[in-house]
Amino acid sequence: MKASNVWTIARRDFRSYFNTPVAYIILALFLAIMGYMFFNMLAYFNEQAMNYQTYNMGKAMSISEGVIRPLYGNMNVILLFFTPAITMRLFAEERKNQTIQLLMTAPVSLTDIVCGKFLSAVLFVAVMLGATLIYPAVVMIFGNPDVGTIATSLLGTFFLTCCLLATGILFSAMTENQIVAVFLTICVNFLLWIISWSAYSAGPVWSDVLMHLSLINHFMPFSQGIISTPDVIYFISFIFLGLFLTHRVLDSYRWR
Amino acid sequence: MIQVTGLTKQYGPRKAIDNLNFDVKRGEIVGFLGPNGAGKSTTMKIITAFTPASEGTVVVNGHDVFEEPIEVKRAIGYLPENPPIYMEMTVSDYLEFAARLNQVPKNLLKRQVDWALQKTNIGDVRGRIIGNLSKGYKQRVGLAQALVHNPAVLVLDEPTVGLDPKQIIEIRELIKSLAGEHTIILSSHILPEVTATCGRIIVINHGKIVAEDTIDGLTLRLKKGLLLQMTVKEAHAEGLAAIRAVPGVLGVAATGPKLVIDLAPNQGEIRDLVARAAVEKGMGILEFGSEKVSLEEIFLQLTTTESDTSLIDPSSKGVTS
Repeated sequence: MKASNVWTIARRDFRSYFNTPVAYIILALFLAIMGYMFFNMLAYFNEQAMNYQTYNMGKAMSISEGVIRPLYGNMNVILLFFTPAITMRLFAEERKNQTIQLLMTAPVSLTDIVCGKFLSAVLFVAVMLGATLIYPAVVMIFGNPDVGTIATSLLGTFFLTCCLLATGILFSAMTENQIVAVFLTICVNFLLWIISWSAYSAGPVWSDVLMHLSLINHFMPFSQGIISTPDVIYFISFIFLGLFLTHRVLDSYRWR
Repeated sequence: MIQVTGLTKQYGPRKAIDNLNFDVKRGEIVGFLGPNGAGKSTTMKIITAFTPASEGTVVVNGHDVFEEPIEVKRAIGYLPENPPIYMEMTVSDYLEFAARLNQVPKNLLKRQVDWALQKTNIGDVRGRIIGNLSKGYKQRVGLAQALVHNPAVLVLDEPTVGLDPKQIIEIRELIKSLAGEHTIILSSHILPEVTATCGRIIVINHGKIVAEDTIDGLTLRLKKGLLLQMTVKEAHAEGLAAIRAVPGVLGVAATGPKLVIDLAPNQGEIRDLVARAAVEKGMGILEFGSEKVSLEEIFLQLTTTESDTSLIDPSSKGVTS
């Protein structure tokens, strides 16, 4: 793997988001939905806080718990549906337009290509998440939230989203059809999200395994301000596995 | 510069190319001539390390494509059948990207892009979005992409497809001007195309090399050489060997009882010797005739006829060997 090659590829793909309507549509819709959610959470929290104060119902809910945590929790669900739109074109479009030949016959390794493509998607997500910093900023101007919780929530969201991208890039490599890539990505990510549901009826060993596989379970500690190593390791190995499989899938096409 | 040995590519049970052998010397322009589906693109994909071969080896500039693909890719500029262009990019951005991918040093990027733009005569559209360009321009952008890192070897798959006559002449001139310092392999299914640009032609059909010679040699041989057709009662190896042993016979191909005998130029008078050899070995001649064919004719036959009914069965070895 060579960093300059990865960067060359990442840069082109990142720019290509903004050379097509894709980036603007995704960003605008994402921010509109998140803005709507943020507004309603804030309004609801406001009402609750006033109720507590008026009737003196004991210790009020903290703004971290009442706004920040549900904000990022919901953001992850929204991202579950938005990320396939970011990854779908990465390989599917290249294969359909046969531009993949340019990359595959250039003196760069397949690892460079996969990592470059992934990096471009990660950078785009960084832009999306960067734009959402406006919400904690508003909260910090008018309230006193726990900055640590905001930071870990953001970090957890970032890790989780990278996992969603890793699945997306894999399915983009598997098909030339972007619609197919989108649906496979959403379904598989969603299943991995709710796989812990069956943990309740599974046996003792399987229950642990299923709980551990679930994507969202590893995000929860982050939203509470905790960075735990097993969660980070889970996310990193998830991403690694996704990229590794993508590499294998692309390599296998050369042999057909 | 390029050595291809025993190259075979199988897609399932089908052999796209079958045991190809040829060499390309430094600075040479070699034309790959064959109908659609003959295996030209497959061969090029293997040479450029895009697809691995099922059997055989390709060595480019001293590097084996399978062992050292990165080195091979560095030495090659490749224009695939469909130019691999990103429709949403501008021409100069695209060429800069291609140059970066091919490890052109940063301080030379601009110079190389300008050089490629100028060589392919597309400087006037450098700032335009590629998707908005005409087919001819897109093709030339693809060609510029193959040139941009000034590679030692150029592999061009149907480089003039979709161009108008004036542009075709320009591109041919460009390709010719690149000979000498670059080694070029280009493919085409258009005969005048290769005769206009290439020093040497490799005619390929159904995945096999049917003929390999210079333009003059090929034309001479095919114009003056005779193909004899003979139908015998029983074709056997001993008889075929006897015919092959007749001086002036270049090759014999047998499809069942039908023989096609390839004679060297100006050897028409040895027909009786061929006939005698066949009779003496007891093959029993039923039919015997000859036909003159030109390169154009052989090519028409290659492109239009099925292999099993073909006069010259391209799937059988030895037609021109």
